[in-house]
Amino acid sequence: MYRYDAYDHALVAERVAQFRDQTRRFLAGSLTEDEFRPLRLRNGLYIQRHAPMLRIAIPYGILASRQLRSLAGITRRYDRGYGHFSTRQNLQLNWPKLEDVPEILAELATVEMHAIQTSGNCVRNITTDHFAGVAPDEIVDTRALAEILRQWSTFHPEFSWLPRKFKIALSGSAADRTAVLLHDIGLQVRRDAAGEVGMRVIVGGGMGRTPMIGHVIREFLPWRHMLTYVESILRVYNRYGRRDNIWKARIKILVKSLGPEAFRREVDEDWDAHAAQSPSIITDEEFARVSAHFAAPAYEKLDFIDGQYLHTLADNRPFAKWAERNVHPHRVPGYAAVTLSLKKTGVPPGDITAEQMERVADLAERYSFGELRVSHEQNLVLADVKKRDLFELWQAAKSLGLATPNVGLLTNIVCCPGGDFCSLANAKSIPIAEAIQRRFDDLDYLHDIGELDLNISGCMNSCGHHHIGHIGILGVDKQGSEWYQVSIGGRQGSDAALGEVIGPSFAAHDMPDVVSTLIDTYLDLRHEDELFVDTVHRVGIAPFKQRVYADAREVAHA
Amino acid sequence: MPERVIKRFSLQQAIPNGLCTWQARVENDCWRVLGLQADEDLSKLPGGPILVPLAVWKARRGELVARGEPVGVWLKPDDEPQDLAADFEWLAQVAVHFPKFGDGRGFSIGALLRGRLGYRGELRAFGDIGRDHLFFLARCGFDTFRLADHRDPGDALAAFNDFSLRYQGSVDDPTPLFRRRGAVGAPQ
Repeated sequence: MYRYDAYDHALVAERVAQFRDQTRRFLAGSLTEDEFRPLRLRNGLYIQRHAPMLRIAIPYGILASRQLRSLAGITRRYDRGYGHFSTRQNLQLNWPKLEDVPEILAELATVEMHAIQTSGNCVRNITTDHFAGVAPDEIVDTRALAEILRQWSTFHPEFSWLPRKFKIALSGSAADRTAVLLHDIGLQVRRDAAGEVGMRVIVGGGMGRTPMIGHVIREFLPWRHMLTYVESILRVYNRYGRRDNIWKARIKILVKSLGPEAFRREVDEDWDAHAAQSPSIITDEEFARVSAHFAAPAYEKLDFIDGQYLHTLADNRPFAKWAERNVHPHRVPGYAAVTLSLKKTGVPPGDITAEQMERVADLAERYSFGELRVSHEQNLVLADVKKRDLFELWQAAKSLGLATPNVGLLTNIVCCPGGDFCSLANAKSIPIAEAIQRRFDDLDYLHDIGELDLNISGCMNSCGHHHIGHIGILGVDKQGSEWYQVSIGGRQGSDAALGEVIGPSFAAHDMPDVVSTLIDTYLDLRHEDELFVDTVHRVGIAPFKQRVYADAREVAHA
Repeated sequence: MPERVIKRFSLQQAIPNGLCTWQARVENDCWRVLGLQADEDLSKLPGGPILVPLAVWKARRGELVARGEPVGVWLKPDDEPQDLAADFEWLAQVAVHFPKFGDGRGFSIGALLRGRLGYRGELRAFGDIGRDHLFFLARCGFDTFRLADHRDPGDALAAFNDFSLRYQGSVDDPTPLFRRRGAVGAPQ
């Protein structure tokens, strides 16, 4: 993974000092609440329902064991001994004290971590595929490009006060695991016929209140121009994006109002004016320097098939169930990637205790070269595990409560912190997730239902990505009480689709029944191996709607 | 009545390890920002250096220059800096207004004026800006700063030393760190 040199260390240390001074000025009264807010947000610090919330950056989701141990220590000393992984591959602490935050940032700096630009109207954490570097369908490893983009966007002087937050994702595989079509900028890294690396540039995607699939504005941008082109996009957005209405300030609204073609012309005009001679053209030396940090670990030469692993699979059904869902193919023979599920029923999705963090750090060291990944589905991934170690790893993960065999299944619920913690939320989301997980606790039934993404957001900000859930649940507030709007047919990936709302919202206590009815309808209608989402796309939402609203159920009337 | 304005002195030539420093001090100055209409009676203008809106400048350039006193243009964040490109030789100052603490359009205007349009004269930021904007404003080419009235410019001078390094190129130094790193800062 990327290791800091003296420059990176110096910059992060200077940021800590800057924030320490900002906090001091705020506490001394020389910065007002309104002035301090955007400054603290740029360091990931929110003031929440119960306490501040601190969002710690995990650049493109990659963590070392030593960093995870340090995070565990921080949650013990400054918080309540647990943390929450978010859909942007970051870690959130729910109970730090404002005056402790500079100290926390200083500790993070010692393990090459920070909370820079994890919130605020600036370029946020760059995300990429949690299987980058190991996926068999990978075309280009995106990690070095993601790091180059991270450095470029860090403290960018021109683009630190944008109209609204700005999210960039890179995807380098045939299958998209980054929601690349649903970002302010999505970069789909690929090769042309000559084998040259470049990227398809997609702008104006996003979730939130006005979900939209992004538009391709350039089919093949040479990789050396990644920074010059992103600069032009951001300049057009910074100058012309709306600032009068927070709900219309994202780049997607600008792209829509200008039209993708006119937007592209604006960008290209700016780009033509500076790109050809720009010192920001990425050099081969820099690409090589950063790529060296992501060199493949010292893999053993193994057979593709591990006999002992196959035997254990045949003998041990629970292990086989886990392997079916939580073990993923790897480009190197004899290796696999493993998801440690943070979706155990009864635990808020994405939550992890300090003790689990420390034990996972040990497991990563023992089985996966001391490195792990955070997925945007709020799970942890050990990317480089020998197949022969899988059984041992499974037993260890099971004892930690991290082996729920539900990756890709209904109970692998993606869920924001919701009204229990977040001051933006309209409704709670964690208790809804738990009630649904309890309803579907029969593993065989769950596997029979097959792959199903269920996403819950507690408000329109869509942190739970409900628009791209096969079943999406959105918490809404109607006359002061909490209701839940259901959409179906959303999908992530290269054929991403936004879900369609089925009708009036439901009360919290009805949500498990509503999901059950949706599933029953699907099971009645599905063709052989058809997934839930494919059935929805084939038959439309009408049959689902009919069944769900056939039962006399209290619904919200707008 | 003179106002207290922060003046930043030009960046010392970047030294090989990429570290650079700025110096700044508070000065009194007499520039006045005028919110004139295009058909204003210019005979009643106050004496001394003045900043006028872009539309007034475009319509009345000859009269304004004929006053024989320093004149500059102040830009709103939605003004097009390109519109000034042919007039730089007449202007003693260009100022950019920041109407709100969080409105960052002016950063791009500064970067365009300096970088693309080649403006070399004094470039001022004024409006709702404070200490925590100064470093980035300086990077985008601004060299004088009139803070909001309730903010003490003296307290803000330290901001220019917030960072000794920059990852990316900008007006102050177009060369990104990565073009130096190979030479000096091998990863450790």
